[in-house]
Amino acid sequence: MPARVSLFVTCIVDQLFPKVGVAVVDVLERLGFQVDFPERQTCCGQPAFNSGYREEARQVARHFLDVFCDAEYVVVPSGSCTSMIAHHFEDIFEKEPENLERARRLEPKVYEFSRFLLEVAGVDDVGARLNEVVTYHDSCHALRELKVKDGPRRLLGHVRGLELREMDAAEECCGFGGTFSVKFAEVSGAMARTKIDSIVRTGASAVVSVDSSCLMQIQGALARAALPIRTLHLAEVLASR
Amino acid sequence: MSAVFEEKIHQTLADPKLQLAIFAATGRLMEKRRKAVNAEVCPDFQELRTQAHEVKRHTIDHLDYYLDLFERNVIAHGGKVVFCKSATEVADFVLGLAKERQAHLIVKSKSMTTEEVDLNERLEHHQLQSVETDLGEYLIQLAHERPYHIVAPALHKTKEQVADLLTERLGVPRETIIEKQTMIARAVLREKFLAADIGISGANFLVADSGAIVLVENEGNARLTTSAPKVHIAIAGIEKMIPRAQDLAVFLKVLGRSATGQPLTVYTSFLSGPRRADEIDGPDEFYVVLLDNGRTKVLADRDKRESLYCIRCGACLNHCPVYRKIGGHSFPWVYSGPIGAILTPQFLGVNHEPGLPFASSLCGACAEVCPVKIDIPKILLELRSEVKKAEEREGTSRLERLAFRVWAWVMRHPRLYEMAGMAAAYLAPSTDGGGWVRRAPSGIRVAPLDAWLSQRDLPSAPAKSFRQLWRERR
Repeated sequence: MPARVSLFVTCIVDQLFPKVGVAVVDVLERLGFQVDFPERQTCCGQPAFNSGYREEARQVARHFLDVFCDAEYVVVPSGSCTSMIAHHFEDIFEKEPENLERARRLEPKVYEFSRFLLEVAGVDDVGARLNEVVTYHDSCHALRELKVKDGPRRLLGHVRGLELREMDAAEECCGFGGTFSVKFAEVSGAMARTKIDSIVRTGASAVVSVDSSCLMQIQGALARAALPIRTLHLAEVLASR
Repeated sequence: MSAVFEEKIHQTLADPKLQLAIFAATGRLMEKRRKAVNAEVCPDFQELRTQAHEVKRHTIDHLDYYLDLFERNVIAHGGKVVFCKSATEVADFVLGLAKERQAHLIVKSKSMTTEEVDLNERLEHHQLQSVETDLGEYLIQLAHERPYHIVAPALHKTKEQVADLLTERLGVPRETIIEKQTMIARAVLREKFLAADIGISGANFLVADSGAIVLVENEGNARLTTSAPKVHIAIAGIEKMIPRAQDLAVFLKVLGRSATGQPLTVYTSFLSGPRRADEIDGPDEFYVVLLDNGRTKVLADRDKRESLYCIRCGACLNHCPVYRKIGGHSFPWVYSGPIGAILTPQFLGVNHEPGLPFASSLCGACAEVCPVKIDIPKILLELRSEVKKAEEREGTSRLERLAFRVWAWVMRHPRLYEMAGMAAAYLAPSTDGGGWVRRAPSGIRVAPLDAWLSQRDLPSAPAKSFRQLWRERR
């Protein structure tokens, strides 16, 4: 009997980039997992947490725990949301022992998408094919809070027809930063432009990442600059054949 | 966010020359550090960071003990320790001593702590001339500015700007070759060293078991400052303490590498007490001024106490993508960059500049390079929460608070969440995914949406959310 995987699709993918969610399901099902989408899911609470509204974040995080506490595995197509659940629920529930206990029990079962493929499914070749030159953007929370760095590159390395060209500023922030992107829009925009300069220098026709929020920022800046480069979530690349 | 903060950021971003200067200089410092901490040249660097963190944690947790030990050892070597609660007390002490010794000229080596108390301005107010002797600091003093960067105070100035500055202030012929500019400053500063009555330095470390201060530098000006004049005053924050001289084996290794990519700086001075009878040089009097200025407040706060571990290497500034855009002078106080963003609200209160903890994408590059492993993003998050609590007490930012309350309520009710999503999709211009829009739909004026669109395009709403596609699929 294949393992049951609960998908936490994240609010941004649910509302703005549903294709990414579909791609995650496709890849997981092809690998023989039974995918479940708990329909009561909404958000992990990060927008409020990062904006200083801890009580509001706690309320949403409690809801998240209610929805996912019995899951066998939770797969998340985002390094940032995974880190919120795996690391910051600890801070949020500091003074709520019961929820802290629930968060700690859940934590080892929550996987960022690429990590799930490599560590649980144990595959680095998912049988994908994409004839394209791509570059990879390290999203900050995946890179620094989850130490996801080589994994996505290994997965991309096994995609037939794909060439990965590293950019010089792969590890530099794209400037999204949640509400930072609108509170300090000018700074955020300048950071995005520095990022796309680095992308353009690779000559790649697509940017790949494990976070749709970074890709929204990057694609928004690329579109504004009228540059013919597209953004793809890692799941979309791996679902291609 | 205050209008001043916003305006300074805007001005910095709008200045292409300045943008290039900041980006190039910080880029060079990043590259130097990268080479110096590389596993091939410094295989134990990560281990050293952990050790540095642990030593600082121990020291700060027992700071009362080490301050006492340090004071006793300074006295045993013939020096004096002066505890100052505030900036005014530091200035009063220096002024008092200068009066007693009939001093007219002070030379200073680089010290962020004295910037913190605006020492030069306070002294000049009393007709006491105080001259900065670190080249970058000297230029900044000539320009009547404050340091742009903890380690590289004149990082924002191009050599052409320095040439103009020297000509204007010193009346020398215009010179754009950096080495020659240095010689101009050197000629002025030599005279000052020889004539100075008092030398004021900072301290990179206070060594408790030796009653010594340690100074690291590359120009030799700190050596002259601390040995040529008859009186040496070292001014340092109480958190600069380390327990033992042998701990320097850890700290000197991480400091130079993190700051400038040097395995060690050119000069490392270990100073304890005034000149002894059998020594040929050194001051007759040696004072260590230990400054609180808000530090004990931070010490009392367990969650954010680690802010005091900072050894002022500046690596977090160089690696911060926000600092690299907004530069040093946008920051509301002397400490800039990520470390400034956590120190300023703690020393001066969150209301000093409520926008400051929010001026970060929380990318974590600062924590990744910090030689003493301060979890800066975590402290920023704590401070954000404190700002919001303060706003709630004061009844400000009502609209944003309401928005987050409504948001949290919607997020706990999945049906509502779905309906809200559909409503937003209905209002948004739909190009069935893949399309990016440049303008908000006519009639819709929402500040965050406008802010987003001021810089980049927005994805159009897809025809169906993931959950709708999921239901269709099953």
